[in-house]
Amino acid sequence: MAKRKVPPEFVVERDDYKCIRCLACVRVCSYGANFYDENANRVYTENTKCVGCHFCEAICPTEAITVRKNDFDIRPLAHWTPEHLIGIMKQAETGGVLLTSMGNDRPYFSYFDRIVLNASQVTNPSIDPLREPMEIRTYIGRKEEKLEIEEDEDGTVKLKTEIAPQLKLEVPVMFTAMSYGSISLNAILSLARAARTVGTFFNTGEGGLPKELREFKDNMIVQVASGRFGVSADYLNAGSAVEIKIGQGAKPGIGGHLPGEKVTEPISETRMIPVGTDALSPAPHHDIYSIEDLRQLIYAIKEATRYEKPVGVKIAAVHNVAPIAAGAVRAGADYIVIDGIRGGTGAAPKITRDHVGIPIEFAVAVVDQRLREEGIRHMASIVVAGGIRNSADVIKAIALGADAVYIGTAALISLGCHLCQTCYLGKCNWGIATQDPKLTKRLNPEIGARRAANLLRAWAHEIKEILGGMGINAIESLRGNREVLRGVGLHEYELKLLGIKPAGEAW
Amino acid sequence: MIAVRRILIREEYCMGCKLCEINCVAAQVETGNLIKVYRYVPELPEPNVIVEEHDYVTFALQCRNCDDPSCLKACMTGAMHRDPKTGAIRVNQEKCVGCWMCVMACPFGVIRRNTKEKKVASKCDLCADRGTPGCVEGCPNEALVLVEVRE
Repeated sequence: MAKRKVPPEFVVERDDYKCIRCLACVRVCSYGANFYDENANRVYTENTKCVGCHFCEAICPTEAITVRKNDFDIRPLAHWTPEHLIGIMKQAETGGVLLTSMGNDRPYFSYFDRIVLNASQVTNPSIDPLREPMEIRTYIGRKEEKLEIEEDEDGTVKLKTEIAPQLKLEVPVMFTAMSYGSISLNAILSLARAARTVGTFFNTGEGGLPKELREFKDNMIVQVASGRFGVSADYLNAGSAVEIKIGQGAKPGIGGHLPGEKVTEPISETRMIPVGTDALSPAPHHDIYSIEDLRQLIYAIKEATRYEKPVGVKIAAVHNVAPIAAGAVRAGADYIVIDGIRGGTGAAPKITRDHVGIPIEFAVAVVDQRLREEGIRHMASIVVAGGIRNSADVIKAIALGADAVYIGTAALISLGCHLCQTCYLGKCNWGIATQDPKLTKRLNPEIGARRAANLLRAWAHEIKEILGGMGINAIESLRGNREVLRGVGLHEYELKLLGIKPAGEAW
Repeated sequence: MIAVRRILIREEYCMGCKLCEINCVAAQVETGNLIKVYRYVPELPEPNVIVEEHDYVTFALQCRNCDDPSCLKACMTGAMHRDPKTGAIRVNQEKCVGCWMCVMACPFGVIRRNTKEKKVASKCDLCADRGTPGCVEGCPNEALVLVEVRE
């Protein structure tokens, strides 16, 4: 065999003094990287098999294991990094497209990190969220142009205008679309229960609806994507809103492919396709080639749900995002989801994930601006997705024009994910991105729900704290309030697109 | 009415790592510290919890402290008895003669022989002298949970 070995990406180091030979690491590794040598009474690791998920490190009862990045020390070359070398090595070996998972990990500029927030001093008092009411509840859906009120003969005042259906969010953070198939049922159940506890929403993704999720109707958004898996009138009415997925931030412009091996009995049941067949989501919806076509689907869904549920449209942030979003709003979308270049995925070609799309900060700023200019901002809410890492990102996204955000990667991290980017292998040791019953049971949804809910609660506290510091007492007063933002180290043109002033410039 | 400790087994969350077994052994030794126990204690006791495995079905099993215990009935010397305080079935090593009838009678197979002393060795006492049982504390996925049942 020709020896052209791809170097290991990680090294599993074991402190032999601390290792008690309990063999837990050997038992749990789904990649079979850890071994026990009976003759030598030693535990060792075949590093090339390690994907760097840190599960063995986490489970080791004596902290004997450390998983480290393997420095593939070639001659330092600024242009040819080890990543490029390894990519070429793998492709020379297989002749295939490099697959990866999670969101874009390239060192593109993070604009969130170049934006700072304001706070009150002297002239506008700050608010203590522990002592005074702080409103972070928000509503997703079409808002009316004006409210008409009528008065009865006996003087009681009533609302004449019919309010469009809304999603009520106690925290302006929702769990993004991750399908049953891409993640395990225990992972979805964790998020569903957390969403119910905290008062927000989770999204079924395009994988159909497992019967275990039916009880979460009031906290569920169902998705309709190009594969139309599991879509029926019943499915459309099973949640609180319907979302049409046009694109995904991790892989704008391309479809999805769930390999036949992963289409097990329960997956086939929810996706409504035969066991063992590939689940192909085409790149475009084959019935949508224009805004007019999109309008047809939106209204078909609205008819099917008797105009009782908001219908959203999810698009990836691409160069033309503002006019596309405006078109979708005019087509009847009640909310628009914009998924930025950092958006995650269960599987995507690395080349697409790493190079296609635009940063979400620009996308939300230009979409908000465009909708305002056209006078249609009230007709749809904007939900921002793709790379939201903490509550500061949430606040900055909302101040740039979003109504709420979606989190996917952050939610999975709360369940245990260590961002090893190998979801596409389906062997997730943390029991998240896998359907192997041996692995899925590792994610106890009771623990998962507790942790995901804790994350949302923690962010809610922080959001209130920051809002109070800025002297704002409602999240809706923050939306599109770009005066609270200032750019640090940004060029004039970037500032103009983001619609913010440079740090140091007063109101 | 007494509060009786029970260990709830949740096989749907057991990943078969066997850390319950490791922690059970440590809980029976004075130092408790895993590294010290496994490096310096010369003769380690047997774990009183056993992980049963078949394909993806795995679960940790320890004495169920049955309401109607076969081991107690099978014991000819009265060594096997119910602790009036905790409600757990315990074995009095002084009285045990090592006939191993309890081992044969136990429907769960959770009583083990102590071949060194020719007596009954492994018998979970629900860590009566400890706060949380070692197996429960050591389970990384809450597949073993301590519950208190009022009787």
